[in-house]
Amino acid sequence: MTPRALAVALLCALLPPLPAAAELKTIHAERSLYRNLFVTEDGDTRCLTFRKANAGARQTCIKKSDPEFLVFPYTRMMMGALYLNPNPARVLVIGLGGGTLPMTLRALLPDAAIDAVEIDPAVVTAARAYFGFKDDEKLKVFTEDGRVFVKKAIKTESKYDLIMLDAFEDDYIPEHLLTREYLEEVKRILTPTGVVAANTFSSSGLYPYESATYAAAFGGFYNLKSSNRVIWAQQGELTPLVTVQQNAKTLEMPFEKRGIKAGFLLTMLSTAQDWPASTRVLTDQYSPSNILNAR
Amino acid sequence: MRTFAILAVSCWSGFVLMALELLSGRILAPTFGSSIYVWGAVITVFMVALSVGYLLGGRLSLTTPRLPTLAGLHAAAGVLMLPVVAFANPVLDNIFEYTSDPRAGSLIASIILFFLPAVACGMIAPYAVRLLVQDPQAAGFYAGLQYFFSTAFSAAGTLLTSFYFVLIFEVNQILYLLIGSILAVAAICYAISRRSDT
Repeated sequence: MTPRALAVALLCALLPPLPAAAELKTIHAERSLYRNLFVTEDGDTRCLTFRKANAGARQTCIKKSDPEFLVFPYTRMMMGALYLNPNPARVLVIGLGGGTLPMTLRALLPDAAIDAVEIDPAVVTAARAYFGFKDDEKLKVFTEDGRVFVKKAIKTESKYDLIMLDAFEDDYIPEHLLTREYLEEVKRILTPTGVVAANTFSSSGLYPYESATYAAAFGGFYNLKSSNRVIWAQQGELTPLVTVQQNAKTLEMPFEKRGIKAGFLLTMLSTAQDWPASTRVLTDQYSPSNILNAR
Repeated sequence: MRTFAILAVSCWSGFVLMALELLSGRILAPTFGSSIYVWGAVITVFMVALSVGYLLGGRLSLTTPRLPTLAGLHAAAGVLMLPVVAFANPVLDNIFEYTSDPRAGSLIASIILFFLPAVACGMIAPYAVRLLVQDPQAAGFYAGLQYFFSTAFSAAGTLLTSFYFVLIFEVNQILYLLIGSILAVAAICYAISRRSDT
């Protein structure tokens, strides 16, 4: 042992141990087909993390003492899409993570048929084992690429009243899931009153491109910006703000215990175009999303 | 001049081969996704095509190896890429109608779209080596030289395509650039062969 390493070791031994609550424990680690996957625990909070246990992007977090509570603001923003169409009969969620969104939808909409799509079988297994994800008759999970699932749905003429797009990681985007053609395919499997909620990026160089692409496919959309950006778009005309506010009132009770506050969501709503009109639209022919996102 | 022409064709077929392989993932993704199967299928088909190409190119080099033939092989690789630009979408749609399984679908699609141009690129290598080698003693040296240039340019084709081309151009525009540049290099090689003949 070098003198320096010895000094560090001594110093570590002398330091008081950190309080247990602040200690990040890795309770599961595996290398899946697509990524490194970790389940970590920090006191009451359990998270699904990709790449690295400490510094990686947290995909899903739950509070063990209150699993219904939505830890991430973006999940609350996604759930807020119910304000546009409060009673969807068929729901599609693309990108599972820990399964927070499908499980919340399952609890809120006991009669709805929910399909969840996840490319990585290891994520499905982890969601079941560590995050209370339960698939059943009404909540089915499909292990495949989101775009292939949508293409199959077009073929079988399946339609959904609510589609949630949540397949992006913190710093990796499946580029074929962010193109005008893909969003047009998603639009084709929406019912006439159907709603899309998409978890996207708010601050990177990708923002204007992503905005222009959603605008090209859907026309106008409701834009919600916080640490993440969530888009609410619709097959037809956007639900007017008055109706949105009314629906927010009816959903107040079930939303409250999950941490979703109408005030937080409704004040964020914007339909203003805050990106340059000349922004290039992302297409199947032009989709350098990851390069743009790194800017 | 003759050596320059042979190496230019070697370089450029290496460059185009890997640029095409990289783009093929993007071409298949809208239909069959970007799961591990799709990349597995693409790489498999390219490797099989290359191995077939090596065999055929070596065979072809046994009878009167000539520089114009090398130029012709190179040009053929470009011409065989044209269907990718023209028919990729209808081909992919039809395959998806037939099977929506990403494994079978991406294998079939890769074979139809990329097999022949990759075979042509593979044929270049042994044929170019044969043209370079005058003295059997130096055969290994020339084989190494050919591998060096074609593989180094493969690296360049991968890097430039994934970092820069996709940021500036559409996929089909990149394919047109690759085809155009192949035909230009083939034409230069042919012109050089004519000059050194006379």
